[in-house]
Amino acid sequence: MFLRPILGFIGAIFALALVCSLFSGLKTYFTNPPAPLASEEFHKEPKPLHLASDGPFGKFDKAQLQRGLQVYTEVCSACHSLKLVAFRDLKALGYSDAEIKAFAGSGKQWKIEVPSINPDTGEATTRKALPSDTFPAPFANDTAARAANNNALPPDLSLMTKAREGGAAYVYSLLTGFQNQPAELLKKFPDAKTPPNLHYNPYFANLNLAMPPPLTTDGQVTYADGTKATVDQMAKDVSAFLVWTAQPDLERRHAAGLAVAIFLLIATILAYLAKQQIWHGGAEPDVRVTGVLEPKNQAKTRRAKNKAGVAG
Amino acid sequence: MSFSWAKPYEPKHPVMKWLDERLPLPRLAYGAVGGGYPVPRNLNYWWNFGVLAGIFLTIQIVTGIVLAMHYYATADGAFNSVNQLIMRDVNAGWLLRYAHMNGASFFFIVVYIHIFRGLYYGSYKAPRELVWMLGLVIYLLMMATAFMGYVLPWGQMSYWGAQVITGFFSAFPLVGEPVRVWLLGGYAPDQAALTRFFSLHYLLPFVIAGVVILHIWSLHIPGSGNPTGVDVKDEKDTLPFHPYYTAKDGWFAAAFLLVYALVTFYAPNYLGHPDNYIPANALATPAHIVPEWYFWPFYAILRSCTFNLFWIDAKLWGVLAMFFSILLLFFLPWLDKSPVRSGNYRPVFKRFFWLLVIDIVILGYVGGAPIVWWRTALGQIAAAYYFLHFLVILPLVSAFETTDPLPNSISESVLSGDAAEAPVATVG
Repeated sequence: MFLRPILGFIGAIFALALVCSLFSGLKTYFTNPPAPLASEEFHKEPKPLHLASDGPFGKFDKAQLQRGLQVYTEVCSACHSLKLVAFRDLKALGYSDAEIKAFAGSGKQWKIEVPSINPDTGEATTRKALPSDTFPAPFANDTAARAANNNALPPDLSLMTKAREGGAAYVYSLLTGFQNQPAELLKKFPDAKTPPNLHYNPYFANLNLAMPPPLTTDGQVTYADGTKATVDQMAKDVSAFLVWTAQPDLERRHAAGLAVAIFLLIATILAYLAKQQIWHGGAEPDVRVTGVLEPKNQAKTRRAKNKAGVAG
Repeated sequence: MSFSWAKPYEPKHPVMKWLDERLPLPRLAYGAVGGGYPVPRNLNYWWNFGVLAGIFLTIQIVTGIVLAMHYYATADGAFNSVNQLIMRDVNAGWLLRYAHMNGASFFFIVVYIHIFRGLYYGSYKAPRELVWMLGLVIYLLMMATAFMGYVLPWGQMSYWGAQVITGFFSAFPLVGEPVRVWLLGGYAPDQAALTRFFSLHYLLPFVIAGVVILHIWSLHIPGSGNPTGVDVKDEKDTLPFHPYYTAKDGWFAAAFLLVYALVTFYAPNYLGHPDNYIPANALATPAHIVPEWYFWPFYAILRSCTFNLFWIDAKLWGVLAMFFSILLLFFLPWLDKSPVRSGNYRPVFKRFFWLLVIDIVILGYVGGAPIVWWRTALGQIAAAYYFLHFLVILPLVSAFETTDPLPNSISESVLSGDAAEAPVATVG
């Protein structure tokens, strides 16, 4: 009996707390508006990037992935690890077992060795990489990585295109987005000057990035397939490669999705026909189940109501 | 179980006869989801989501059990066991993981539609109050299970989500902080929290399955509701569950699974957050911490309280408001006293119902987006309306509303095909 008044009172109290929050918030905003931030006004959304792997029927462009691997190997791997990817996975890029073995272990292409233990002395040592190894990291640990990079930790790249809003387009924009700070920004925000050891990049969330521009000159790598290695091309290729490292399942997923969708579509049609047969077919009289929500009936209801002058 | 004309189970095959005399399991199934359960003949497609919820619970349990075979519940190994072992090396591991991830989201989509159907058609009203309350228990268990499941990959959002959610308890004076430390097994989420979350994440789905049985059992005492809200009167009003509703649920389930498959295969990360692909790092707080989408409305209510009113500080107001926003639903059968169940015959209630739907969508939008002054203000208005809707408006509407005439019976509304032209039966 008292339940509803008590609950109504509690509801009014919560509403009061919220209305007080509303007015105090609005008052704070209008009496003391928050200062504009350079990172809000000058931050840019990623540039559009179109890759062969886009869309429901997307497949990887293997030649592009191979070029991307080359950029990663020759440029990015100086600082960034790729811990979740194994050399054997490179088969998906179109390499043979022998090529993968040579890539990992010959020391000509992939130069970082894998930490190991000397079987004779038990001391720590390194050995050549095997196809079964994951890509060894450039630094022994995070402390070493920070020490070599002005105390900034280069993130692992395995999942990078899934771990950032914008994905591959973000990676591509960031790699090609380094520039001088706009004069306009410094005029409006004199305190927002990019600190030493950081680099201005409008695609980075706070605009100032510890990573120096990694791709600086055309021809920085020499592509085996003869593609002209412009900065833009290299950035695109390595972005495409990082889509593969983050989603090696992509092609299988797209193919399996199509099969599953076709299967379920056929199942839906058959099950629908079965339902129609059970509800409306057969020798029995038609079970006309036409609930009040059926459009036809709703229209009738509306007409009848209008005639009777009932609201709603 | 419910009506005198329900067909009794008559085993024909000697094996079934033999079994039925010793363990009447086929009899139970026949009465629960077979030809022995009479269902109102006028159910529309909003009534399909209960069965769908059962299907998604099954999908989650099956994919989850296989994932648990490959998952390491250690702070060092969890992230890599998901993102390296399961996603790359386990056969079809990516499919299991994406199916489980998106299965959780679709389970919530289905359950939300199921709940809103109940709100619109007054499914919480007598004699089905317990069905409604057991449903809310399932919903609370789902929230706990989903939250702990989201922690398991041990990404940034996992870690900081665990930090924020367990932080709710520290809002309570005196006991709050010790309770938080006790729940986490430490001062911050770490190995102890991860292992217990894994243990409970494995346990709770089976508890949910148990409460689902109670939910269905209590439903079958009065029988299913229907879009008119009029009670079943005789055999003309019902159809046997099998084959009529098994067939109707069957094709709809296949169609809904098609939508689920398209998201799982073609946009598996659309409903997730990119930050959870960054390994957990106790020293780097994400720019904005958000829970999974199905918690956004409650997160908006939590964040809307920013004012220290009376002797209670803003954080505690937020936590109380959030908890109470769910708990108040348990009182719904006694808040809405209108004798008419279905929103179809309640012109004023109907308008407020759609206002509530819009309100909750707004809360969801505000809860998922970064904080901006106008969005916060919008969320505060929407949160205040949420409480007023259930605790003030609904009791008043149910007291003063003039409802439309109800049809005399279900079969009449169905066979005449027109509810409005039926003879007037004033209720109330």
